[in-house]
Amino acid sequence: MATTTLNSKETFREWLFRPVVLGPLALIYVVVATILLVTQDRSSLWFPLANICLVPLFLVSPIVVISAPLPSKIKLSAILVMLIVVMPLVGMYNTSYLELAIQISIFAGLALGLNVVVGFAGLLDLGYVAFFAVGAYLWGSFTSSAETVFNINGWLVPGWTFYVFLIIGVFVAAVVGIMLGLPVLRLRGDYLAIVTLGFGEVIRVLARNADSPVNLTNGAQGLHNIGKPPLPGFASDFTSAISGALRIRLDNPTAVSQQLLFYFIAIAILVIVIIVSRRLLDSPIGRAWAAIREDEVAAIAMGVPLVKMKLLAFAMGASFAGAIGVLYAAKQTFIDPQSFVLLQSITILAMVIVGGMGSIKGVVLGAVIVTLLDLHILTNLSLQLNALKNQNFIVPIINFPIRSIPQQLEPAKYQPFVFGLILVLMMIFRPAGLVPSARRKMELQEREDVPEEDPEIVAEAIEVGENS
Amino acid sequence: MLLEINNLVKSFGGIHAVRDVSISIKEGSISAIIGPNGAGKTTLFNLLTGIYKPDSGTITFDGRSLVGLRPDQVNAAGVARTFQSIRLFPTMTVLENVMVGMHSRLRISLVETLLRPASFHEQEAHVQRKARELLRFVGLAGKGDELSRNLPYGDQRRVEIARALASDPKLVLLDEPTAGMNPNESNDATALFRRIRDELGITVVLIEHDMRVVMGISEHIDVLDYGQKIAEGTPEEVRNNPRVIEAYLGRRAAGTDVESKRDGQELLLDDDGEVLQVVDEAETDE
Repeated sequence: MATTTLNSKETFREWLFRPVVLGPLALIYVVVATILLVTQDRSSLWFPLANICLVPLFLVSPIVVISAPLPSKIKLSAILVMLIVVMPLVGMYNTSYLELAIQISIFAGLALGLNVVVGFAGLLDLGYVAFFAVGAYLWGSFTSSAETVFNINGWLVPGWTFYVFLIIGVFVAAVVGIMLGLPVLRLRGDYLAIVTLGFGEVIRVLARNADSPVNLTNGAQGLHNIGKPPLPGFASDFTSAISGALRIRLDNPTAVSQQLLFYFIAIAILVIVIIVSRRLLDSPIGRAWAAIREDEVAAIAMGVPLVKMKLLAFAMGASFAGAIGVLYAAKQTFIDPQSFVLLQSITILAMVIVGGMGSIKGVVLGAVIVTLLDLHILTNLSLQLNALKNQNFIVPIINFPIRSIPQQLEPAKYQPFVFGLILVLMMIFRPAGLVPSARRKMELQEREDVPEEDPEIVAEAIEVGENS
Repeated sequence: MLLEINNLVKSFGGIHAVRDVSISIKEGSISAIIGPNGAGKTTLFNLLTGIYKPDSGTITFDGRSLVGLRPDQVNAAGVARTFQSIRLFPTMTVLENVMVGMHSRLRISLVETLLRPASFHEQEAHVQRKARELLRFVGLAGKGDELSRNLPYGDQRRVEIARALASDPKLVLLDEPTAGMNPNESNDATALFRRIRDELGITVVLIEHDMRVVMGISEHIDVLDYGQKIAEGTPEEVRNNPRVIEAYLGRRAAGTDVESKRDGQELLLDDDGEVLQVVDEAETDE
């Protein structure tokens, strides 16, 4: 049935979920979300609140398209258009959106890396941010103008080597991953979690103290003025030309171009990470990891070499973080040990759990949600409250003056509280995550199917229940 | 001889689980290892497959020593096994379970996994095809896409056997493969064990409590008691061996003595006083 009209026999819900209806609806959703986002009135009193609602709607649109029942060619081209054309333009219109998109890509990549270790191989790693730090310090030490041994001896590298360092970062982090993996191979579950937690702290403390006798990391002061990949010569003019054509006023075309460059690098890395994750999952390696996760003894008795496979999981997860660390250092231009605290590891883990362990789509969604909450929603709530306070806004009907809300209740200060709450609620209501992996989804469905298999028995049981 | 075990010893603290056991398994045979619970049969399997390391003694398989090899290396050497309590990967599909069993026969390369040359796809297609063939062989055609934990008990045992066969073993060790089956099911299972040897040419060793199965299928039986080998021979010889009868019957005669409690077993005898079946009280009571 290829018609889009409502058949009298089906409910509205069934009609809505028909591919011919839902597919185009997803595309319409994307267009509407984009238009709503860029037509906001930035001078409005309610701008932050509108932002809170519209930005998430816009940023999840690639995931909406991926999930929609559309031919894969259409999906792919729609997503390419969104990532390569729409997002950069929206980013020019408001650079804070671009920043958000970069942060989300960075954290989605990290979460996918952790997902290899935790979701695929079932090894709980609470020190994942250590590998991220390794990548970041690798690039930072070689380019920062801080008084490091590299700077003093003139070992600094030019900006274009950034791309080489992305690859070096992959390998260095993988080696560090194996170094972590070797001593913890015999540990499982809680014990593994505690050791990895300690490892994360070791790397952070190392970064803080490796400023003497040889200054490698500049200690607690951190590395500033970290190098960036060079901007192609045409980029700035190109950006100005496009913004001129679209009548977007850019204060600093070079800075925006630089951000756009980071955006494209981040997206490219994320796409590679997604492809690598998918290929790992759907391969003998992925099956071996799943087997280890389910039953180590059975796995090794069936010929799966535990040591090799666990080390491979640690190395793969770490390598993602290594490359992303290089990007992060270049983008932030400043890193210090405080950027790599335990809370970061837990935040990344929260993305994996919220999205759905083992599910690639889910983990990306988890990263979008948690990053938005962290960097966008709570901040904008605070902005909105302050704006209302400045206007001395009084809530109608109940005559409540916003100004009387105490300073201590500022939403941005409640980030850990909100995180904790979300995790608790997730564990109670969606323990397998928002988008459970195919395997977990199958489990849940099977469980729901059980009563349907034998309707008579169920009917009997109900009767018996009623009679007694 | 395909497998030669000589003077194998394993103790856990003060418990001598396996004491100076020597067993030979002929290539292409179906043999059974029997004995009361706690006789050290499963420990023997764990020693053979590298899960435990023997204190002393040698294990020679196909001309090479298995002592000191890791379980995955033993598997690669051609020894596959099933477990007494089913150890499938519960949330993987039946097909995936069998595919994991092929791990030691696959070329696993990270580069190929990521770059996906034609050879990778060929291998994956081969793995799938072979896994489906094995499922058909054990009588589970069409059940490949179900989660293994949703299968009935008897079918789960079959999946375990298919998974063990997936590594192209020369020798397969089946640890109580008919435990918990009714007579019909265990007849089917016995037929399957025979087909493993006849059609695939794989040597079969089973630990079994069901004497009907043991006596019906085994060409050679080794009897363990308290970690020691007390008898070996054809089913006929073992059945009439006074030490075997004593090992089983002595317990029953003693009624409530300590040994009987430890073993928690009783015997079913036919009219001639022959051992028909060892009933595991611990299991039936639960």
